[in-house]
Amino acid sequence: MLNIFKKKETKTESPRQEKGILVFDNTTKVIRAESLLKAGGWQIEVKGPPPDIRSGCDLVIEFPLLEELPIIRKLSEANIKPVQVVPVSSALLEPVDLLQEKEYGNYLMVRAANMKITVDRNTHLIVNVSGGGCPDVPYLAEQMVNKSLGAAPQPRDIGYTLCAYALQIAYERIIKLCSV
Amino acid sequence: MFGIVGTIPEIDFPLTYGKVAVEGNQINIGDEKVNINRGTPAMIAAAVKTLQYMDKPNPFCYLVGDIGNGDGCKRLYEHLIEHITDNPFRTLALHYFQPNVGLFKRLLAKIQSMSTKPTLIGDAGFMYVAKMGGDASSFDLFTPDAGELAYLADEKAPHPFYTRGFILHEDNLIPDLIQRAYKHNNASTYLLVKGATDYIAYKGSIIAKVDSPNVEVLEAIGGTGDTLTGIVSALIASGHDIENATVTAAKVNRQAGLIAQPTPATQIYDIIKEIPVALEEILRI
Repeated sequence: MLNIFKKKETKTESPRQEKGILVFDNTTKVIRAESLLKAGGWQIEVKGPPPDIRSGCDLVIEFPLLEELPIIRKLSEANIKPVQVVPVSSALLEPVDLLQEKEYGNYLMVRAANMKITVDRNTHLIVNVSGGGCPDVPYLAEQMVNKSLGAAPQPRDIGYTLCAYALQIAYERIIKLCSV
Repeated sequence: MFGIVGTIPEIDFPLTYGKVAVEGNQINIGDEKVNINRGTPAMIAAAVKTLQYMDKPNPFCYLVGDIGNGDGCKRLYEHLIEHITDNPFRTLALHYFQPNVGLFKRLLAKIQSMSTKPTLIGDAGFMYVAKMGGDASSFDLFTPDAGELAYLADEKAPHPFYTRGFILHEDNLIPDLIQRAYKHNNASTYLLVKGATDYIAYKGSIIAKVDSPNVEVLEAIGGTGDTLTGIVSALIASGHDIENATVTAAKVNRQAGLIAQPTPATQIYDIIKEIPVALEEILRI
């Protein structure tokens, strides 16, 4: 009986599984909000927006609707306010989850969707970033190439778009494969 | 007249337009100078090298600084909507840009209102937004790689980031993905699909393949797709028909890569420098 007063260790989804989405004005805010909410124990997922609110290079956060108030409070404290909070009425698009790896001698390339990152396995130096079509891709390449995996800025910290998010996924895989 | 639209990865690069020139490893436009690196600068430099070889004038470019927040692109979209019809473009290549369906559709409507519609080439962000908005078939040529082709083939994906795994899977053959992209009206009239083998398709049928010279590491080098788009756009602007231009450009890009003797760490300018020699070797055959 006293269990109802026991402090929850993680914030779980509501029993009714009703979901809402948080819409932000750029992908950088989505990435910051994702990190903040996951660190807070909320069960959230990054997904594609429904067609009626899609404008271009978009990403939203799906969350348990009953947790709306504490989530908004947490985001407001961090000054990351969503521009819209919308109940989910249909299945949302899932981000890419299929990665491809290719070896060129000492070099390893990982591709996530349209983004590729290549690393020298001996030195852990990022030697190339390729693919993509959004304007932060050449910028990300300039900031990351010729830096070691441990020292280079992460795409999620300096990128803005879905291409940056895809590069982050490839980056995390290559970190794992190179055991940095 | 040949026009190029794209972005420069510098936050304070101003909205700039005019004829470009290449000097060493820099592009000059108006009072601005840009280092030749991956992205639109690599595409422009490859186009200029090709145009110089063909003895044709350099392209007229519209550029803006944007590092991904879209602010620069919004300003350039608005400028283009007002002014794209000021010049009699016969070829327009649209490159790295922030996808924004609403602004893109307004720009496309202006381009389509031109008395002579230019040959329209789309790559990178402009290819994404054209497919996203259901306007792929308004383009004459797209130049996707395998990952981007999977995106075109996935009728439900609004961005390559959402391409579904069963379509992205490498067991899927490029010809099947090409057919699927055309079936759902998500392809341009011609496709130049870059990869280990380059495929050229026209309205759903593969009309040519280019697989030599085979320089495997080119896939890892940032900018090799940009140079291909630059070369093919310049050949079309020089009067080549699209089929001939795509096949020639695929061969020239591979040959320039071969001459540069690249490793996965090679940077794109080292390949761009070899384009004139590659053109000479391919076109004299």
